[in-house]
Amino acid sequence: MAIERTGLEWDEFDVRTDELVINMGPQHPSTHGVLRVLLRTDGEVVQQAEPHIGYLHRCAEKIGENVSARQWIPYTDRLDYLAAMNMNLGWALTVEKLLGLEVPEKGRHLRVIMAELNRIASHLVAAGTYGLDLGSFTPFMYCFREREKILNLFEEACGARLTYSYITVGGVMADLPAGWTDRCLAFLDQFEPVVDELHALLTSNAIFVRRAAGIGVLAPELAVSYGCSGPVLRASGVDWDLRRDGDPWYTRMYQGYDWDVIVQVNGRYPHDENYPQVPRAAVLGDCWHRFYVRMLEVVQSMRLVRQGIERYRTAAGSVGQPIKLSQKLPKGEVYLETEAPKGQMGFMVIGDDSAVPVRVRARSSSFCNLSVLSELCRGCLVADVPAILGSLDIVLGEIDR
Amino acid sequence: MAEWLKGYLDPPWLAYLAAALLQCAVLLAVVMTAVAAFNWMERKIAGRLQDRLGPTRVGGRFGWLQSVADGIKLLTKEDIIPAGADAMLFRLAPYLSFCTAFCVFVAIPFTDKWVALRLNAAVFFILAVAGLEVFGVILGGYSSGSKWSLLGAMREAAQVVSYEVPMALCVVVVVTVAGTMDLVAIGKMQSGWFWDWLVFHDPFTFLTFWIYSTCAVASVNRAPFDLPEAESELVAGFMTEYSGFRWSVFFMAEYGSMLAVSILAAILFFGGWNGPIPLAGLLGLTPQHGPVAGFLGELLGAINTLGKGILGVGVMMWLRWTLPRLRIDQVMTVCLKYCIPLAAAMFVGAALWTYAFPGGLILPARAAPTEPAFPLAAAAHNAGEQ
Repeated sequence: MAIERTGLEWDEFDVRTDELVINMGPQHPSTHGVLRVLLRTDGEVVQQAEPHIGYLHRCAEKIGENVSARQWIPYTDRLDYLAAMNMNLGWALTVEKLLGLEVPEKGRHLRVIMAELNRIASHLVAAGTYGLDLGSFTPFMYCFREREKILNLFEEACGARLTYSYITVGGVMADLPAGWTDRCLAFLDQFEPVVDELHALLTSNAIFVRRAAGIGVLAPELAVSYGCSGPVLRASGVDWDLRRDGDPWYTRMYQGYDWDVIVQVNGRYPHDENYPQVPRAAVLGDCWHRFYVRMLEVVQSMRLVRQGIERYRTAAGSVGQPIKLSQKLPKGEVYLETEAPKGQMGFMVIGDDSAVPVRVRARSSSFCNLSVLSELCRGCLVADVPAILGSLDIVLGEIDR
Repeated sequence: MAEWLKGYLDPPWLAYLAAALLQCAVLLAVVMTAVAAFNWMERKIAGRLQDRLGPTRVGGRFGWLQSVADGIKLLTKEDIIPAGADAMLFRLAPYLSFCTAFCVFVAIPFTDKWVALRLNAAVFFILAVAGLEVFGVILGGYSSGSKWSLLGAMREAAQVVSYEVPMALCVVVVVTVAGTMDLVAIGKMQSGWFWDWLVFHDPFTFLTFWIYSTCAVASVNRAPFDLPEAESELVAGFMTEYSGFRWSVFFMAEYGSMLAVSILAAILFFGGWNGPIPLAGLLGLTPQHGPVAGFLGELLGAINTLGKGILGVGVMMWLRWTLPRLRIDQVMTVCLKYCIPLAAAMFVGAALWTYAFPGGLILPARAAPTEPAFPLAAAAHNAGEQ
């Protein structure tokens, strides 16, 4: 029986004897979830790396066709579970656009606060686990210690530490408790020196630079053609951030905020005097730049949270009201992409004049970011595969849905 | 000790045998206790560096008995041998590593009188035996029947064997400066104050110490050179398939060799049993003042040696929990392109220094030892001659 060979596919029975087929995962300390990467190596040099996904598939989109729009919010939590607020936000905005429902101003600012705090938390996990993949155990603990404080803040706001279901269609589930904004500002004040600590331990560490600089260089054209987004795209030099360039229904949330898109323009990153300089070994689009972009984005998110808190405090009105569960979705189709920490997260909803949508689709950023792994891993060493995979910062929850 | 036993046991060879066994037992006890202590120390240091406490429950507030609890747990685990593994080699490998790691201690002096076997080529013996450790690793990786283990074993073999070269070169620098391979003599040469230590003898030995410490960390597979055991890529490298007691034997071998290279560094560079100030001499704890005082003086010296060794191990642990790890090709680059040329340059420099300043530049030269290495044999020989 002829077995078809298409492009990168190869069947596992026909392996040349001088090559080694190594299976990384699905149980593996550094594949960031249940991911199987099939490596064909010539000793230490990887000839082909093929990711196999689907181990975490939970039919979320199918379930979306059976529950109402608001009832699908907990399923969005579990897509990118490290940035659940952003997932909730993406879906809420999509359904609101279909309904034509505008959230009052105070609710918009509160959403900015939550989304950006969760961006910080997600990037902390990315940075910590990336260090862990490369062998430094301590920055991981420091990142998680800081993330604990953010999670405590979220727990005060909505009762959950990971799967919040807080931002919902129509606004948020409940307003913030008293004193929350003060505690949030206190957290941000004590977090700033920790970022410098992390820079010292990782970004400017000579060994880290040797492991990450020049590894897995992603050319901008390749990034765009594979649909990469988020820090992966910006680290390759493509100036694209949906918070600035996206759908007006989404960018309206960030209107009037003063922040920088972290991308290298004319060889310089914005406000880079305060941060470690780019080492000479680093090439635009390599693992080091992806890491660096995330570290700088954390600082921008801190700025956004501070501004958000200020505006939230001075805004009048309510934070919005969740829609009724029986709210019918009009006929129509909306696809809206938002800038999640990992990249562009798109949600599509097709309504058919009933409370339950006809079709729900989540376009995951990590799915496209992961697909470029096979290109990046060609010719690298086996030890570089976790380095590249870690720098792509994927979450299997949103890849497999 | 053999002399003393000779008074009780009639055939002299029996006395020597008993003395040897007793000394081995003492050494084993000391090193095993040290290994258990290192386990505790590692967890505490790791915890404190990571802004947490480490073990605090087992055995009081500081978790003293955590190592014991871990040991008991490992002993009671099921003995799993993978189906594809070569059973005999799989069983043999950990003990090979363990034995070679411990054999090194036979030649290491804790003070000038407390040494199990005083060899006048002790340095050579130690380097040779330490080089055997890699067999256990290769066997372990090969016999596990898993590709991951095999990769880890190959990496480790390449790394350990490569780093022995600059390590030996660094040790040879000290031997050149000291003029002898006898560790007891090298230690005696450094008696006095801390400026008598060989590390401060000339700039070449000072730099050699830093190169030696890098090579020593690499040859015991500690971070940042711990790629063979890299958790993030190969689960545990060659140790992946080992569980329970067999794993703990590998683990004891690793800590044992860490202690061995640390104590070696202490003796070669930092005066061994001589403290920074000659406390024993100042306090009058010398044999001239009686056997008890002499014993206390020796004890102080042994505490010095062990203390310096433990400090070295502590620094290795500090490095492990702070730095990321180097990739294997970077590890080999560091060895071949940096360590070996530097060590060779240090050797040439030290040789020229001892040629140019045979009396020592700042410090007076220490005479090479005139007493024989094997006093009993020498006495017998002399008696035979007459």
